[in-house]
Amino acid sequence: MEKLEIQADRYDFKEDIDYKVRFPNGLSERVIKNLSDIKGEPNWMKEFRLNAYKFFSRRPMPNWIDGLDKLNLNDISYFALASDKKSTSWEDVPKKIKDTYDKLGIPEAEKRALGGVEAMFDSTVVYNNVREELKKEGIIFCDTDSAVKDYPELVKKYFGKVVSPNDNKFAALNSALWSGGSFIYVPKGVKVKLPLQAYFRINAANMGQFERTLIIADEGADVTYVEGCSATTYSKESLHAAVVEIIAMKGAHVKYITIQNWSSDVYNLVTKRAFAYENAYVEWIDANIGAKLTAKYPSVYMLEPGAKANILSIAFADKGQHQDAGAKAIHLAPATSSVIRSKSICLNGGRTTYRGLVKIPRGSKDSNTSVTCDALIFDDDSRTDTYPYMEISEESADVSHEASVGKIGEDQRLYMESRGIPENEGINMVVLGFVGEFIKELPMEFALEFNRLIKINMENAVG
Amino acid sequence: MESGVDIEKLSVRIKEKVLLRGVSLHVKTGETHILMGPNGSGKTTLARAILGDKRYTVTDGKIEFNGADLLKLKPHERARLGIFVSFQEPVALQGVNTLSFLKTAYESVNSTKITTSEFKKIVGKYLEKVGLPESINERHVNEGFSGGEKKKFELLQLLLLKPKVAILDEIDTGLDLDAMKALSSTVNEMLPETGFLIITHSDRILKHIKPTLVNVMKDGSIIRSGGMELVEEIEKGGYKID
Ligand SMILES: Nc1ncnc2c1ncn2[C@@H]1O[C@H](COP(=O)(O)OP(=O)(O)OP(=O)(O)O)[C@@H](O)[C@H]1O
Ligand SMILES: [Mg+2]
Repeated sequence: MEKLEIQADRYDFKEDIDYKVRFPNGLSERVIKNLSDIKGEPNWMKEFRLNAYKFFSRRPMPNWIDGLDKLNLNDISYFALASDKKSTSWEDVPKKIKDTYDKLGIPEAEKRALGGVEAMFDSTVVYNNVREELKKEGIIFCDTDSAVKDYPELVKKYFGKVVSPNDNKFAALNSALWSGGSFIYVPKGVKVKLPLQAYFRINAANMGQFERTLIIADEGADVTYVEGCSATTYSKESLHAAVVEIIAMKGAHVKYITIQNWSSDVYNLVTKRAFAYENAYVEWIDANIGAKLTAKYPSVYMLEPGAKANILSIAFADKGQHQDAGAKAIHLAPATSSVIRSKSICLNGGRTTYRGLVKIPRGSKDSNTSVTCDALIFDDDSRTDTYPYMEISEESADVSHEASVGKIGEDQRLYMESRGIPENEGINMVVLGFVGEFIKELPMEFALEFNRLIKINMENAVG
Repeated sequence: MESGVDIEKLSVRIKEKVLLRGVSLHVKTGETHILMGPNGSGKTTLARAILGDKRYTVTDGKIEFNGADLLKLKPHERARLGIFVSFQEPVALQGVNTLSFLKTAYESVNSTKITTSEFKKIVGKYLEKVGLPESINERHVNEGFSGGEKKKFELLQLLLLKPKVAILDEIDTGLDLDAMKALSSTVNEMLPETGFLIITHSDRILKHIKPTLVNVMKDGSIIRSGGMELVEEIEKGGYKID
């Protein structure tokens, strides 16, 4: 069988930028102190970082993910500052950085009047344009560094409360080194009509990126946040270890959408977790198209009665990629409900793993969960595995689980070809059909973007 | 110039196994060729070779369409030239919407673009003819289709794509009486513009279709060619003919 080849040229360019500050590779307490000083942070944050670093140093590398042993944490530079001032209008953004974003099509997205665009270039947020209406309603949407300075009470109250610095090795690393990321606060009863969005981009080689996002939806608030990522291809591995924390108070609804398209040399180790209070509803839509290794399991802790979770995970693994993705739903109160859907595609020796955990402890009466995992596999070199852990000790729980592995073999391709449809177009149709459910749940702009990414990835499928 | 497919001394193998040994067949527009033969004699192999299935290796001979070398072309390019090969066992395409599949095929074969509403009208007409419900448009290609429905869906695509030469691999097996009628009337209506190679095990289809030539395949060779009398012979005595 002929090999399918992936073309991701569009994201494969690199700008030569003079970094204002760039730390030598490697990690120490001094690096962390320096980082905090450069940022001019209050003492409590510096302490938080140093404390997290202790956890990080003590914890062993997780051994349950294949391929992590190849990651050398001393080979990575932990902070780079591309521009020392934040811009509030597109004109102020340095030209080279602008060019990068132009190539990514971000200003176009902005022109189309989306809620607010925040772009993060390496570690520093360089562009932040929150539309006036958002401000008027009391919505806060800024980078997390600014939030530490401008909204210290809010940050102090919630930062590190959902994902503690001691949660896992990479959450500890992030807590010690975090830089950038988005901070969102939506006041009581406010519904944000347009999705808020941010693009992240790793430009420098061997750069660790540790963005930290915190979203707080107050009682009855409603917000959708969209994040798209891409990174320039380098031969040396880059590390992306983000932490995302969401707090959905009583009756709030938060939808968090990610399209991760890091280049294929990035280690993408992300901790994403939400707390859902009474009748709150949290949705994670998480698409992983890029990266060398992804380990990401968006989770929802349903802490009070009536809380709901909906997690949709999409993974696409081509040659040399391993997407270890999944979801966690922790039912810690009665009448809570969760839906987990996973769709994964692997080809050319790519590997996908679904890893999920559902917990319904005794006492969480009348709760329900439904888990569906579908995998699509293109050839015998590729591999897909499913680890759907369930810890159900409540008798009244309603649990359903389904898994399927589909193979798009030679016969399927030939069938489409026999009707005049070229092989790559046919594969495209199958892939888009397979993930169609996901596309329907994306805002229009991102549905198009996702479609396009899949097409790019499938282009040149056969020579 | 007459148009059609010319198969000349074709030999095909899969891995080390020889499946066709010097098969020759000429299917011109306006002609109906019947291909019969015992299970495993190589009928589907011939269809697959015409389609361009890479798993079958052509070791000798040629397949031409209007003088052009088909063996050099990919399957979709052959389809675009006007070759249609139906599947003995049509495969399901998980998640692929039937209507958009048909539309993509239609647009690809005709090198045109068509609006969905226009296209729906065309398909609607053919759905009625083959006896499939309109609701099939919303389903996934061949997913959960009954055996007969799959064959009707092949027939629908034949009508839709209007090929110059159609190779129908046991399209008649599993069809009910009404669908059999639809099949033979389709063949007769398309005949002036199309040449047919119909692979079958039964004489049911020959009730309303007048064959140009009946061919019998055995062990990868065409051992007999003739008229309807050959079919009657087979119906009586099976394939113990030489
Ligand atoms: N991949 C393969 N490896 C080995 N033998 C094969 C392979 N594919 C097909 N064959 C063999 O080739 C021979 C011809 O098969 P073919 O499908 O052409 O038969 P057919 O005449 O269409 O039979 P039927 O009437 O049952 O449909 C059979 O003996 C079959 O087992
Ligand atoms: Mg056959």
